[in-house]
Amino acid sequence: MSSLQVELVAADRKVWEGEASMVVARTTEGELGIMPGHTPILGALVDGEVRIKAVEGGEQTAHIDSGFLSVDHDRVVLVAETVDLAS
Amino acid sequence: MGAQIRVYRQRIRSVSATKKITRAMELMAASRVIKARQRVLESAPYTHALTRALSALATYSNHEHPLTTQAEEVRRAGVLIITADRGLAGGYNANALKESERLIEKLKGEGKEVTAYLVGRRAVSYYKFRHREYAAEWTGFTEKPTIEAAREIGERLVDDFNVDYDEGGHDELHIVYTRFNTMVNQEPRVLRLLPMEVVDDYDSDSVEGGPGDEALPLYSFEPSSEEVLDAILPKYVVSRIWTCLLSASASELAARQRAMKSATDNADELIKKYTRLANEARQAEITQEISEIVGGASALAESK
Repeated sequence: MSSLQVELVAADRKVWEGEASMVVARTTEGELGIMPGHTPILGALVDGEVRIKAVEGGEQTAHIDSGFLSVDHDRVVLVAETVDLAS
Repeated sequence: MGAQIRVYRQRIRSVSATKKITRAMELMAASRVIKARQRVLESAPYTHALTRALSALATYSNHEHPLTTQAEEVRRAGVLIITADRGLAGGYNANALKESERLIEKLKGEGKEVTAYLVGRRAVSYYKFRHREYAAEWTGFTEKPTIEAAREIGERLVDDFNVDYDEGGHDELHIVYTRFNTMVNQEPRVLRLLPMEVVDDYDSDSVEGGPGDEALPLYSFEPSSEEVLDAILPKYVVSRIWTCLLSASASELAARQRAMKSATDNADELIKKYTRLANEARQAEITQEISEIVGGASALAESK
């Protein structure tokens, strides 16, 4: 199964980068789950949790203030001004 | 004569004390400028992602947004002037202020009213000293700007831009900042912030691959292109201000390092000069004493 290339970007640094099997984020319309093969999408995110299921197991959770995410060709970029990565 | 030597020694002591300070400031600026440049590089992925998303939006929607629409008649323009909080940075502040004066002159020549927004204590004191009015000031962070500061400035500017002219709104906003080219070359620059053109003119070496070098996929938008645009545009404004602040802080530190280096070199030179003078004075004193003794001795010998 293919995987997603995920980048989690804050204004001052790249917070996390890696391969994941699924990404869940909260858009203005509600929770949005992204899996490999998703159509290209640009979505506005609201203040909330972002969950990234990494390929090598384990889940990354981060709290972001409002931002956006873009998906194309299994590349997911999550962008927010401030990102708090919960370890 | 003895007084002369004391004066020189005093000068040497005072110059060495100054030299210690300037040397310390030089080293501090040198280490901070590395960090500042690092921050410029680290902010690149964010700007890049924003620019890319905006290009996609611009390509696939014809939505007109107030922040991107050019006013039919520009009557009032705002200028955000970014300077340092402290001096002792060579021509850094003077150059930025000079550039801003030039821009303001030009805008006034085009028949626009101009409001100033100031960043950094030097700009504030420049305006206060001349009893000029300004709309807002932000100080205390220029060496190490924070995203919060950028957001605060961005929100204020966007608010002032969105208000109608009759209520004190602006039709155009510019930024004057100092762009960091290399360690020895920083130039004051003018950038039009609003109404916005989506361009990628950041340090091209720090952003790998501009937005135009790959075909953009056909995005769907969640919830809609208008709303995504509404969400992203203000962030783009903040990001541009943020980039300018970071670049300005790197420039400030580089300019300070250079200024302090030349001050240290100058102090070295002064110490050398005064040491020579002090030695000369000491020699003159000794010579004089010898000739006095010799003169006195021969006078004694003659009187016998």
